[in-house]
Amino acid sequence: MNSRMSSELIFDKSRSGRRAFAQAPADAEASNIPSNLMRNDKPRLPEASELQTVRHFTRLSQMNFSIDTQFYPLGSCTMKYNPRACNALALLPEFSGRHPLGPVSHGQGFLTCMFELQEMLKDVTGMKGVSLTPMAGAQGEFAGVAMIKAYHEARGDHERTEIICPDAAHGTNPATAMMCGCQVVEVPTGTEGDIDFDALKSAVGPKTAGIMLTNPSTLGVFERRIKEVADLVHDAGGLLYYDGANLNAILGKVRPGDMDFDVIHMNLHKTFSTPHGGGGPGSGAVGVNDRLLPFMPIPVVGSKQVDGETVYDWLSEDDLPQSIGRLSGFMGNAGVLFRAYVYMRMLGRDGMERVSEYATLNANYLSSRLQEAGFELAFPTRRASHEFIVTLKREARSLNLTAMDLAKALLDKNYHAPTTYFPLLVPECLLIEPTETESKETLDNFVTAMIAIATAAKEGTEFKDAPYTMPVRRLDDVKAARQLDLAYRPE
Amino acid sequence: MPFIPHTEKDTREMLKKIGVDSIADLFDEIPTELKIEQLEHVPEALSEMEISRLMRQRAKMDGSPMCFIGAGAYEHHIPTAVWDIATRGEFYSAYTPYQAEASQGTLQVIYEYQTMITELTGLDVSNASLYDGASALAEASLMAVRINRRVKSGRVLLAPGVNPVYEQVAAAIAGAQGLTFERLPEDMTTGNVDFNALPEGGDPVAVVLQQPSFTGTLDDVDRITDWAHANGALMIGVVNPTSLALLKAPGRWGAEGADIAIGEGQPLGIPMSSGGPYFGFMTCKKKHVRQMPGRIVGRTTDLDDKPGFALTLQAREQHIRRSKATSNICTNQGLMVTAATIYMSLLGHEGLVNVANTCHHNTALLVDGLSALDGVERLFDGPFFHEVALKLDQPVTPLLETLADRDILAGLDITPFVGTDALLVCATETKTQGDIEACIAAFSDVLASANTNSV
Repeated sequence: MNSRMSSELIFDKSRSGRRAFAQAPADAEASNIPSNLMRNDKPRLPEASELQTVRHFTRLSQMNFSIDTQFYPLGSCTMKYNPRACNALALLPEFSGRHPLGPVSHGQGFLTCMFELQEMLKDVTGMKGVSLTPMAGAQGEFAGVAMIKAYHEARGDHERTEIICPDAAHGTNPATAMMCGCQVVEVPTGTEGDIDFDALKSAVGPKTAGIMLTNPSTLGVFERRIKEVADLVHDAGGLLYYDGANLNAILGKVRPGDMDFDVIHMNLHKTFSTPHGGGGPGSGAVGVNDRLLPFMPIPVVGSKQVDGETVYDWLSEDDLPQSIGRLSGFMGNAGVLFRAYVYMRMLGRDGMERVSEYATLNANYLSSRLQEAGFELAFPTRRASHEFIVTLKREARSLNLTAMDLAKALLDKNYHAPTTYFPLLVPECLLIEPTETESKETLDNFVTAMIAIATAAKEGTEFKDAPYTMPVRRLDDVKAARQLDLAYRPE
Repeated sequence: MPFIPHTEKDTREMLKKIGVDSIADLFDEIPTELKIEQLEHVPEALSEMEISRLMRQRAKMDGSPMCFIGAGAYEHHIPTAVWDIATRGEFYSAYTPYQAEASQGTLQVIYEYQTMITELTGLDVSNASLYDGASALAEASLMAVRINRRVKSGRVLLAPGVNPVYEQVAAAIAGAQGLTFERLPEDMTTGNVDFNALPEGGDPVAVVLQQPSFTGTLDDVDRITDWAHANGALMIGVVNPTSLALLKAPGRWGAEGADIAIGEGQPLGIPMSSGGPYFGFMTCKKKHVRQMPGRIVGRTTDLDDKPGFALTLQAREQHIRRSKATSNICTNQGLMVTAATIYMSLLGHEGLVNVANTCHHNTALLVDGLSALDGVERLFDGPFFHEVALKLDQPVTPLLETLADRDILAGLDITPFVGTDALLVCATETKTQGDIEACIAAFSDVLASANTNSV
């Protein structure tokens, strides 16, 4: 990456009267819309040629780290390879050009894929129903908690308004509970990374609507007493929500349904390798067991037999009158679902299991090597799942090397940083998730880079000003928040 | 092993380093009774060649009909460069720009997007996008409650032209926090707000107007905005970005302008793709920025005083505020916003005006032709942008099915929404005069045979 790259804006290239002429009708007669409804100001959009535009955005792309260009061990995000075929096949013209409200007569190819995707996701999660409509993990969480609430309401159980979350949970869990009108009850983590069972015992009760769990947890370890947790919550009348953020760790090995979870959301952009796209689109399909089937968000793809042939169609309000409703304008992120479908078909039955096996192998190998090199693991007595935590609390104290410093120093070594300062309960932490698609050499080279930084720190080098080789150096976040500059406005 | 690089030698060495004999040993903390033997319903793996063949067969089943449906998703020409660049691996396979120094590309794209979408909507600030237009209405309504704290009613008043699905989505999401959505009275001749029957009092927290409306009509945005503000409500505009090349920007509505503008970003270079992924845009007045949900990018400087870009105002967000966040939203639709920014750059203002005018004229041509047929007339009087509701003297769906057999999707049956046999049509710049004439001729033909059959 070239540190001298400039941050010139597309607007700086604008010249009055310049256009990419091939891209719009050259000319058009003015409309007859009444003048009081018309705009009389001119929005300042760029005025640039096609080449200038192509060059500008190509250059911007080169100012990004990405999976395609760097090792990206961002914990909890499952930054695995996104096969190019998934993108190309989702963008076949018949699929990308299909109107969402087009008739099912012109959508059997699309609906067949979606139906089969639902079936495959049911299989890998051990659930009885799947709705593909949530547009991101957080919306899947919303759908899940809304279904839990709807279930209690339908039983006349109106007092269940508390959602239990471990202190290590993703921030979206408590935020979702609040969006669903629930109160959050936080339970602590025990010393070995499992949930504090005694604290959980005293947290459950007649007000418990449910518990939101990630397993393996965000601490990178498997919740060993999951069956007891499930029994405890179920006996108290609550339901169990599985946050699928870490599904990659157990794919094809253990299913949330078999752990007695009632509802799960999957992050298709993690486990099923759809693109992260610089922060989206995600896709947060939800799976449910029998209890919650009637409450699934709509639409869902259904099938029926017509003249001996299978025909796919939408299930809507009429089929699921107790549904929590619609969460998107149409049916969710169909194009993302296509990519997940292609990925799953390419992996096949055995490939699913290999995902979790090699993701776990890579994580355990990397943690062993880093531990051997002198880095401290947050949970050294535990087996890593698909990710693990290194804590720099010792280095921060003795070498003035914080998690932030190490993250920035890694950028200069051409590695994306792991997730830093999450989970909040581990001081100076790095949450590292290598994924199954990285080779041993990549992991070895990463260890070499980590050792080099630690060694330099021991020899007195400070990394407070790193990175040095990026297009920009550390940015002034305080200024960004105090002197808000959120859009370019020429003088 | 698709996408897994390990050789047998690698695996052996790695297991040895870990100190276990087999990969199975790595799962020894998971209770044995929970483990499964084999998945039942996932088929065997396909090679890229095999899946490509299968997907092409499936695509053929969907065909490429000529499409005159709009209703919230619109077929526009998408410049080749848009997706060529947006799917470059550096954009496609990057994540949320947490490490700002290594994500300046994505961050600058979002800053440029925020600039363009605020220019189009005439408002001060934008977030980095939401999931889609419908869910953006839910977020805007919740945002209005946070801004308009004085008002405790939780009542959001929707103009008659707000997309009915948007209302369903907003109710499903924001209803959980006690918000209620009610419709303003409708003038049955125009499909717009009936100003003679507007309610008094009731303390609404916000008023929502969609321009152009779901049925394609254009309402008196100034008058409604002023009425909303006079009644202590915030004004939320739901707008189509293509139409903003021509139509008054929400920031200029009425004396004070709308407070929040949202909409579906799909027309800006995003393929229709059966409904997503799209992106919802949201802009607002600067004074409301701290109540806005979602990511926001700001321009700042680095240690060398050089300009650069970073996520800002993160104290609103779930990963910092947890249960006190403005929303649980975590992602934006980054890739879609990247495409839209390239699209807007390639079109520019002049290009977008020409697209909008061509859409308008094509729709006028289609509507003139269809409403000249017996048994077809416009449902509402008044001006339109690129979508019009037509009233039919017979059930709509059978006609549409017959036309679909001829690979013409002649519009959307909106009978359930408007309570009379009606069709919503749209002709964008992608249609030629020949396409439109073919649609009118086929429609005429199908109407004629329907009438013959019913006699």
